[in-house]
Amino acid sequence: MFFLDPFFYEILISGLLAGVMYALVALGFVLIFKASGIFNFAQGVLALFAALTLVGFQTGQIPFAHLLSLFGLHATHWGAGFPTIVALLFSLGVMVLLAWLIVQIVLKPLVNQEGIILFMATIGLAYVLEGVGDLMWGANVKELNIGLPEGPSEIILDATDMFIDKLEISAAIVAIVLVVSLTLFSQYTKMGRALRAVADDHQAALSVGISLETIWWIVWSVSGLVALVAGVMWGAKSGVQFSLSLIALKALPVLMLGGFTSIPGAIVGGLIIGVGEKLFEFYIGPLIGGATENWFAYMLALLFLLFRPQGLFGEKIIERV
Amino acid sequence: MKKFTLAAVAAALVGSMVPASADHTIPLLSYRTGPYAPNGIPYADGVTDYINMINARDGGVGGVPINLIECETGYNTERGVECYESTKGQGALVYFPLSTGITYQLIPKATADDIPIHSMGYGRTSAADGNTFSHVFNFPGTYWDAASIIIKHMMDMEGGSLEGKKVALVYHNSAYGKEPIRTLEELSKKHGYELLLLPVDHPGQEQKSTWLQVRKEKPDFVTMWGWGVMNQVAISEAASIRFPMDRFIGVWWSASENDVLPAGDKSDGYKAIAMNRPGTDFGAYRDIQKHVIDAGNAAGAGDQVGTILYSRGMLNAAYMVEAIRTAQKIHGAADITPGMMRDGLENLKIDQARWTEMGFDNFTSTIDVTCENHGGPGLGAIQQWDASSKTWSLITDFVGADRDVVDALIEADASAYAAENNISGHCK
Repeated sequence: MFFLDPFFYEILISGLLAGVMYALVALGFVLIFKASGIFNFAQGVLALFAALTLVGFQTGQIPFAHLLSLFGLHATHWGAGFPTIVALLFSLGVMVLLAWLIVQIVLKPLVNQEGIILFMATIGLAYVLEGVGDLMWGANVKELNIGLPEGPSEIILDATDMFIDKLEISAAIVAIVLVVSLTLFSQYTKMGRALRAVADDHQAALSVGISLETIWWIVWSVSGLVALVAGVMWGAKSGVQFSLSLIALKALPVLMLGGFTSIPGAIVGGLIIGVGEKLFEFYIGPLIGGATENWFAYMLALLFLLFRPQGLFGEKIIERV
Repeated sequence: MKKFTLAAVAAALVGSMVPASADHTIPLLSYRTGPYAPNGIPYADGVTDYINMINARDGGVGGVPINLIECETGYNTERGVECYESTKGQGALVYFPLSTGITYQLIPKATADDIPIHSMGYGRTSAADGNTFSHVFNFPGTYWDAASIIIKHMMDMEGGSLEGKKVALVYHNSAYGKEPIRTLEELSKKHGYELLLLPVDHPGQEQKSTWLQVRKEKPDFVTMWGWGVMNQVAISEAASIRFPMDRFIGVWWSASENDVLPAGDKSDGYKAIAMNRPGTDFGAYRDIQKHVIDAGNAAGAGDQVGTILYSRGMLNAAYMVEAIRTAQKIHGAADITPGMMRDGLENLKIDQARWTEMGFDNFTSTIDVTCENHGGPGLGAIQQWDASSKTWSLITDFVGADRDVVDALIEADASAYAAENNISGHCK
């Protein structure tokens, strides 16, 4: 029996913690989709860009140094870099600025266009942002250390003989804080109410004087914050590099399962996917050749869709003709 | 007017089918973008800087400059094939795509087009059988050589025997990652170890289950066939479960600074097989510094000089330059065709005296390619990472693979390929 296996509980906890990491990425998608109906294909690249920017500020890297060398400036660093907290704040500032640019350059001209057009625009945005990130900070693998504890937790190891990574525990705590904060922001602030009003009915929200442009800027900024957190957590784990943008692939089954419009859905979806894929890979994987995690996550999500097409927590949309 | 336009287009097309100039044209299929860019960039920079140094210092090879045409593949097989198709008409002498997937696709195409491929330590292992694979070269060693040398090192650590031991292979779930399985299976029969196969899907950012399997199965050694982010995550995960790093040995594509630096101190002691010595204290490096970097012509951002993959790119370029020289000597001509380049590769001999002349003193193994053997000498050394000094150093001499096992596998696979493709063999 699975339950008697001493590894079962370790896999379960590892799956839950991995699920939190997936949910961190999925949250960014949910925020934007909920407020604007845009499926933001660029969310993974936003996480990459945020992490690259953070490392750049932390290490004192000069952005676009390679391009500047064409004009005779060969320096790559301006100094030792900012302390982590300052670098985090500056990175957040860059993400807010980026959100404004995205709204002004990409989204504003596309107001009232079909959702598919906006989706295509975010695909373009993903590629542009990846290229800009490369030009700004270079494509080499960067070590990211913001002082979070890493390695197996000694207390848990001594007590249970389970290797639970402290970084993943930190990620879980950060995710909980983030979800609670986002929920409070959404429920109890004027801005949060405006966001929900736009999400419920664009036209009605506009008619009472809510600025769509401002709302979009705020949503993309909050999504940038979520991307920064996801980028930091994933970057601390594997180094900051361009494959970080592929973490978006891990968020898709989470969204399918949890629903595209629910913050709790992203969390619960992430946990189910994380635990499901880990248990399947550990117990069934070796019997069928392994490497099941990628496809199993989608299979699990599709199975859920058979019974709840809107996802676990998604809004049921009925269009009458 | 219409006739004139058609004539002009036809002239342009014909013009593109022959070398535009008397340069030696070498397409560099690189990947400076995408998830594998951190590995593709240093390699491409190493190739480019070495070729530029040869052009600047010697005016090319035999007085003919080398024209490097870079084409971005993104480590994507389809784009790699597109690069091949778009550059072969420009007089391309040779291809080295740094991708097993692209190499597999190019083998029949390049052979039909009479253009050689050099897949240095990657690609199809049985291409080492030159009698069957007339246009494919994979010296100085193959995946199967690497697998055998890694097993030898494990045996050395265990006092000469792996009987009753358990060896896990953590591999990229792709054509590349699966290459060593046959050899490791054969060697397990011979040496009595149990082989545990642990595939990791692209790109390999999440490997928790894999390393839980390692915890459960408790292998005595882990070897890795990884690429890109998979390597960094695997090393971090191994450290997290406190797997002894000196018992974790990667192939030469899991052996760069990129792979160990993100794990920080935890990666200390990690080992990998090497096809050349690390470091920059070589004449070729000094020449690159003088003729390329100091002249402000460094490739890319110029920040990869001295890394493991940069050196490997340099080595790859050095083989190409020496093969051109050999082809010129064989055919008595300064300008060579791709077919002549193939002859140059097939007759390439570089002993240590020649390596020293080339500025690679004691850098790598002697090369002696023959019509039958396109993969030799199949030597490798073990390098180990010191996290405190952030340097690799060789901890063994260059040693050979178990030729009895590896050659038999190569012969069996090449024979099957020859039978499938009606190849009678070109070495008489």
